[in-house]
Amino acid sequence: MSISVSGINKRFGDFVALDNVSLEVPTGRLTALLGPSGGGKSTLLRIIAGLEFPDTGSVEIEGVQATWLPPQKRSVGFVFQHYAAFKHMTVFKNVAFGLEIRRKPRAEIRQRVMELLELVHLEQFADRLPSQLSGGQRQRMALARALAVQPEVLLLDEPFGALDAQVRKELRDWLRNLHDEMNVTTIFVTHDQEEALEVSDEIVVINGGRIEQVGAPADLYDRPANDFVMKFLGPVTTLDGQLVRPHDIELLAAPGQEAIEATVTRLTRVGFEVRAELRTSKGGSEPWVQLTRIQAQELDLEPGRSVWLRTTHAPKTLAVS
Amino acid sequence: MATAPEIPAPPRRRPRPVSSGRLSAASGLGLGVGMLWLSLIVLLPIASIVVVALQSGFGPFREAVTDSEALDTIKLSVGAAVLVTVINAVLGTLVAWVLVRDSFPGKRIVEVIIDIPFALPTIVAGLVLISLYGPQSPFGIDLVGTRRGIFVALLFVTLPFVVRSVQPVLIDMERDVEEAAASLGASGFTIFRRIVLPTIAPAMLAGSALAFARALGEFGSVILISANLIGKTEVSSAYMLKLIEQNDTTGAAAVATLLLVVAVIVLVLLDSLQRLAARRD
Repeated sequence: MSISVSGINKRFGDFVALDNVSLEVPTGRLTALLGPSGGGKSTLLRIIAGLEFPDTGSVEIEGVQATWLPPQKRSVGFVFQHYAAFKHMTVFKNVAFGLEIRRKPRAEIRQRVMELLELVHLEQFADRLPSQLSGGQRQRMALARALAVQPEVLLLDEPFGALDAQVRKELRDWLRNLHDEMNVTTIFVTHDQEEALEVSDEIVVINGGRIEQVGAPADLYDRPANDFVMKFLGPVTTLDGQLVRPHDIELLAAPGQEAIEATVTRLTRVGFEVRAELRTSKGGSEPWVQLTRIQAQELDLEPGRSVWLRTTHAPKTLAVS
Repeated sequence: MATAPEIPAPPRRRPRPVSSGRLSAASGLGLGVGMLWLSLIVLLPIASIVVVALQSGFGPFREAVTDSEALDTIKLSVGAAVLVTVINAVLGTLVAWVLVRDSFPGKRIVEVIIDIPFALPTIVAGLVLISLYGPQSPFGIDLVGTRRGIFVALLFVTLPFVVRSVQPVLIDMERDVEEAAASLGASGFTIFRRIVLPTIAPAMLAGSALAFARALGEFGSVILISANLIGKTEVSSAYMLKLIEQNDTTGAAAVATLLLVVAVIVLVLLDSLQRLAARRD
């Protein structure tokens, strides 16, 4: 285990940020801490980094008891949401900072910084100031700066949170590739479930200061431990009193086994998908279903038409009562 | 390795707005009014001082500024101003730091107290100081007629300048920048020297310039505690007043001109330091 956190409690005044949290993060993996804002995920990350200290509990990094170590002594690289660039230093100086602190020879610093700038595709910007870079470039500079000191653990706090959607998506793929290349144990915090599902090896869902579930992205999506995880990881709708994913409902043109009759109330087309809103004849619940355009055409769906519904994927969590 | 997102970057280091060499009507008017105002309020009086100083020719001017009493007062005023500025640059920054970074009971009150040297009529400040550090001092410290008394008075009136210039910059400074430096291994001292200081240095220097200018010409708070002893505690502003009372307007203007030159030199020096600090670490 690269990082081992056990029994962490942390309060800010009356607010309980973390409530008896324990977590094991394996070496060399890319782990996402996913949850709504204010849920405690950033606090956990900051405790691992030594930027915050727990009220009780302990943190071990690569087998070393680190609970009370200052951030300087943890061999942890940290990337902040708002870049935390050293504004008065050039890109080169920013990346060189940690190496200069360690009093490395000039030639070695120069070589290592240029390697890293190449890695993050900023080699031609070495002499620029951070204010002359775009947001995505600044965050890549921050990443290079954190990697320069060869940390055992890389921690990223909402690293793409301040960027626009397009850049976010690109950086996300890029982070995944970078991780595959460098293999440094990485934890990143996000509130974006798509980001977590797409990038990470493992997701830790945190809500209200507690860990709700830990698992591989596909596991969490298909076998959520509770309603919260199910709702947080993807779209849900209610059919017959059960939470279901809207793409896990099958529409039949004729009555079938265990199928419930319903009427189409509304059709919306969003790009390649069609959303059908329905009302069941019995119980009067109003689920919605995600279909492909071709499926919708084959069924000849239109408002007012009767269809029969059944779930293709047994829902694992029960009942919003 | 995936290709990184390419965001077009600005082509030059410091892009400037394209200038056609002509001003729009509005900015032309603004510039005109600004220059006129500055001329009336600042440049005209300064020019007239120089004119008065030189109205009887260069001889009397040189005589006035090489007078040993005049030189003593200028040395004292400039020396005291420099010393006080340096001390308050450091301590004012410390006070600003405490006010921004620490929370303690009574902080709001301290916030108000800081500005009192601004608000108090300086002669009142002089009275306060003489009752504290005069012959009837409750602490038994009598600074009347000493240079230390002058320093104390100048420290008092110039304290707010650096505090009030540095404070907003410290408030704006993001904490994550210091945290980033810490996680890269920088000690508290290194973080202050390499991250915090370069950020607040321009504000410190700007505040210092104001404090220096104020200390150089200070009269009210100094005059009582200094007791105005010739050759010992006589400051330039008091000396000039004396000359005016003796109807030696030219002499007073000459000393003022010399003081003005010193002030301009120091302000230009501080300004170029400020530019240097703003540019790079």
